Parts: sequence; structure tokens; C-alpha cells
Amino acid sequence: MSVAEAVTPAAVASEVRAVLPRPRMFSPRFLLSELMLIFGRRRNWAGLAVLAAIPVIIAVAVKFDPPSGGGGGPDFFAGITENGLFVALAALTVELPLFLPLAVAAISGDAIAGEANTGTLRYLLTTPVHRTRLLAVKYAAACIFAFASTLLVAGVGVLMGLILFGGGDMTLLSGRQIGFGEGVLRVLGVCAYLGICLCSMAAVGLFASSLTEQPIGAMIGTMIFTVASFILDNIPQIDWLHPYLLTHSWMNFGDLLRDPVNFTGLREGLLRAAAYAVVFATAAWARFGGKDVTS
Amino acid sequence: MSALTTTSATGPAGLAAASAGLAGPAVSTTGLTKRFGHQTAVDHIDLAVPRGGVYGFLGPNGSGKTTTIRMLLGLIGPTAGQHTLLGRPMPGGAGTVLPRVGALIEGPAFHPYLSGRANLRRLDAADRWADPATAGVRVDAALDRVGLLAAAKKRYRAYSLGMRQRLALAATLLVPRELLILDEPTNGLDPQGTREVRTLIAALAADGTTVLLSSHLLSEVEQICTHAGVMHQGRLVAQGPLADLRPAGHRISASTPEPEAAVRILGELGVTDLARDGDEVTGDLGDTPPEKAVAALVHGGVPVRGFTTVRPSLEDLFVSLTGEGFDVSG
Ligand SMILES: Nc1ncnc2c1ncn2[C@@H]1O[C@H](COP(=O)(O)OP(=O)(O)OP(=O)(O)O)[C@@H](O)[C@H]1O
Ligand SMILES: [Mg+2]
Repeated sequence: MSVAEAVTPAAVASEVRAVLPRPRMFSPRFLLSELMLIFGRRRNWAGLAVLAAIPVIIAVAVKFDPPSGGGGGPDFFAGITENGLFVALAALTVELPLFLPLAVAAISGDAIAGEANTGTLRYLLTTPVHRTRLLAVKYAAACIFAFASTLLVAGVGVLMGLILFGGGDMTLLSGRQIGFGEGVLRVLGVCAYLGICLCSMAAVGLFASSLTEQPIGAMIGTMIFTVASFILDNIPQIDWLHPYLLTHSWMNFGDLLRDPVNFTGLREGLLRAAAYAVVFATAAWARFGGKDVTS
Repeated sequence: MSALTTTSATGPAGLAAASAGLAGPAVSTTGLTKRFGHQTAVDHIDLAVPRGGVYGFLGPNGSGKTTTIRMLLGLIGPTAGQHTLLGRPMPGGAGTVLPRVGALIEGPAFHPYLSGRANLRRLDAADRWADPATAGVRVDAALDRVGLLAAAKKRYRAYSLGMRQRLALAATLLVPRELLILDEPTNGLDPQGTREVRTLIAALAADGTTVLLSSHLLSEVEQICTHAGVMHQGRLVAQGPLADLRPAGHRISASTPEPEAAVRILGELGVTDLARDGDEVTGDLGDTPPEKAVAALVHGGVPVRGFTTVRPSLEDLFVSLTGEGFDVSG
């Protein structure tokens, strides 16, 4: 804090340009900082490690005790011994009802509530970061995390599958055989579809995050909403409600593994995801836009 | 260290020239009010912070200082009233005005698991006006200016209260500012740190930066402020240049072996509130110059051993305006 030194020749100072003549319209800087915050946090590393452990466990378990075929387990388990790519699909299927949503809820629920909780929200807003921009960057970061989680599970699954069971041709759910390359493409397609589904859920988390200063509360609220959606979707007596449920078409990703691909269910799933994203992101914006920040 | 001078070079002067409403006050509010439920935290205040001034925003705990500052910065919406910042109406002008305003609001707040330096880089990354090319230099310069460079790599979690406060100050210095709004900037600092912050603020003010500084510690504000406003229970009970705020006139104290005679002579001179304590006589001189009182005593044959004049401090005014009670007004 050497104030005496602060009075240095202006010539030295003018070499450092501090302020741009006009603000940058598009800049990845804030988003990158956001991603560094998410991917640099130990808690999130632990979460990602758990996500990645599941395909490893599945692959090793099946290697030691192969399913006897036609069992009651998920469809993809039976195919694992035949083709390693199925490890990825089995892992995604197993993690979709709880682990993947939990990861996305943790990040999206933290978006605004986490900053409010640490008090950093007031400093971001006075930097200034426009509230709409803050929401957009936070949502983009949560979506990137959703895709990254999905790809991580699939990637580890493919890797483990190839190591323990090898690649080669893949038998689709409809019975036709496709080459390994096309198999990988279809797994990537599944990741993209599930990533988009999780992004719609991230919008719910963003909205919950704008309601409270407690990130854990926002996360739990988002999880309750998602799990309740899964449960309600399994009660046939209220089938009139099913089309409105967040998770109603998440399992439609199986359609990508048929030949020909049945796009009806997928299209419906994408539309549902888009509707959820738009409605809840708008709600978050309406809520956060004029809210008093007293944290 | 050198880069800090960005504040003076490319700083306020250049920015000010480019900005509109140059002549008007840096902060101006009319009837600014905030109600939380039934409680009126800020009650129709008309704040006027002149450009280039150092404005001490005083008031006891719970008097509404932080609430006012939050409204000024657009964090919370006023229940009634308007305000301008650097000549622009808020909150509409936030996008153009806030980049030129540095703020410390109700204590420091940073990400606990990031280092001090990483925290500043994050804030700089969020600022669309800040030049990315010079981010590293500016962050280190700001850290240096608050004496934190040696602890730059430490996690914020491991910072002491004073270090945190310094980091929050550093964040306001990342780019040149025309206006600094500092809510209790010396809270938690050691005496050395308090003095350094005071010197820092004085240096920034000398560069032309307007400073709005809230505090309940009057003694530290009195030395650097040009103006002051006093809050009490949500109301602005006094405001103006420091010289005008101080109660007029001197209070004198004369030491003499003949106090009765001194009391009589001073009373004839028009000195009020006279009191005797042993051979010490005190009183309010009013507009009378002190030298006239000394002359009167000597002419009257009173032996004067000692004579002191005391200007009433801002503290006295503060206490007279806000009361001495310890309890906060809910
Ligand atoms: N979010 C809020 N909800 C309800 N009341 C609030 C809220 N924020 C502040 N208040 C009330 O408004 C009044 C003014 O609070 P404020 O924080 O502005 O005081 P202050 O002058 O900054 O005090 P201090 O010197 O202790 O920082 C207090 O009575 C406080 O209880
Ligand atoms: Mg306060």
C-alpha cells in the first residue's frame, strides 16, 4: 500500500490501457471464467468422478459375471459382451434417473443462489454485469456442464467397453447390424439428445436458483421436481399429465438405436425440452430481472 | 506499482471528459425512500455528493447507509424517489455509469476457494469495458496498491478479515474510476491499514476521483472528508461541506488562579455556557475571536496561566444529531 509510489510519471501509466473505448459486445471471458469456476471446484470433481465410476463398475461387473441373456435388466446390459459400446449406453441408462440430474441440479441450482450466498452477486452486478447477461452466461455454463457430464459417462463407457469387450459390429435394438463407426455416431447422437434433455432441466434449476439465496435449497428443489416427474410418468392413471412432464421423453433416446431411426419420439422430446427451457429461463429472467439483491 | 497510476493517467479526467453531465453532482438523490415491510429503512433523503469531493456518509448502526448505497448502485429498487449517478438517471444508466464506479458494499465477498488474484481476474473478466490485454498487469497493480501482492496466491478462505477488506478495495481499483462508493472501507483493518486506506483515498481524491465513504467511525472520516452527510433512523439529518457542518465558534478553556474574576469578565464579553472546575474556566465563545478574550482577561487583571481553544468536533455534532444511546433503532 505504498501510496507515495502511486505518483509515478504519467508516461509509464499511459502504456497500460485499462478501459476499452467501447464495451466488448461478445466476449468469451466471463463464460470461460464461469467454466473455470465450475470445473475447478473440488466438489464438482468429486461429482464427475462418481459419474465416471458407474461405467467402470458396469464394465468390470459384466466382465466377471456376464448376464445370461434375456434377463430382466436394462436392454443394453445383454449387448455388452458382444460390443463394448453398450457399456456407454448401459451407463447412461442407469445414471439418467438420478446421477446425471443430480449433477446438473448441483450446478444450475448454484448459478444465482451460490453467488448470492457468498455475496459475490452484488459485486458482479455492480461490475456491472447486466442481469440478463448473468443469467445467459450462467445458463450456458450449466448447459456445457450437462453435455460434458453426458459425454464423460459415455466416453468412459466406450473406453472401458473397448478395453474389456472390444469393438466391432453392433446389433441395433431392431436387430440390424451396423459398423463400429456408425455405432460410435449413434452413441454420440444419444449423448446430444440426453444433453439437450438435461439442458431443459438446467433451466428449471436456474429458475429455482433465482428464488433463493441457498444453493442447496435450489438444488433439492430441482431434484424433487425432476424425480417427481419420473415418478408421475410411471403412474398410468394420470396419463393426461404425462405429456407435460419434464422427463416424459428422456428415455426416447433408445429410438436412435433402431433402424430406421424413429424420429417422431425424438422430435417430441426435443420440442418438450425446448419448451421447458424457454418457459423456465423466462421465469428465471422475470424473477431475477427486477429482484432486490440484499445478499 | 507503476501501473496503478492508470487511475491518474488514463483515468478519471479522461473518462470524465467523455461522459455527459460533467458539471452536475456525482451523486444526487431526490426523495429516495426504501421500505422493508412496515419499516422505512431510508426515508426521503436528498443526497448531493459534489464532483471531486470526499463525502463522509455517517450514521449509527441500522441508520440506512448500506440500504442507500444498494439503491444508488441499482441492487435494490427504491420504494419512492429518483437518483442520478455521474449525471445519468439510474437505474436506466447503469450500463454506462457503473463501469466508471467502483463499489465496496457491506464488506468483502469473494469465492473462498479461489486465490485473491484469481478472484480479481474473475471480476475483471466479467467487466466488458476492461481491456483483457492488460488484465494481468492491472490485477497485480491493484493488489500492490492495497499491499496484498505477497498474499496474491493465497486462497481467499485463508485471508484474514483485514486482508479480505483490502482485496475488496483492490477490486474497486482494477480500472480507473470516476466515483468510488465505499461502505465502511476500514472495517476490520489494523491501525496501520486504516491509515493506509485513508492515505489511499486521499491520493485517489487528489487525482480527481469522487469518493462516497460510509462510516460510523467519525474520527477517521473527519480527516479526509470535504463533505459529510449524517443519517439517523433513515433520515438525512445534516449534510454539507465539513466546514459548514461543524458547530460555529470556539470553545475556550482558561487556567487561572482567579477563576471567579475570569468568569465575570468572560461573562461580560458574552461568553455563554460558562463553567468552573477548580482553577479551570470553560465556556462557549460564539463569534468572538479568542484573542479578544485573552486581551479582556489580561486587561481585567486576571493572571492567565494557560488558554486553549477547542473547535467542536464533528463527533460532537454527530452525537448531538444521532443521540448517544447504545441501542440501535429497529
Ligand atoms: N433486506 C432487508 N430486509 C428487511 N430489513 C432490512 C433489510 N436490509 C436492511 N434492513 C433494515 O434497514 C435498516 C437499515 O439497515 P442498513 O443496513 O442500511 O444500516 P446501516 O446504516 O448500513 O448500518 P451499519 O452501520 O450497521 O452497517 C435496518 O433497520 C435494517 O434492519
Ligand atoms: Mg451497513
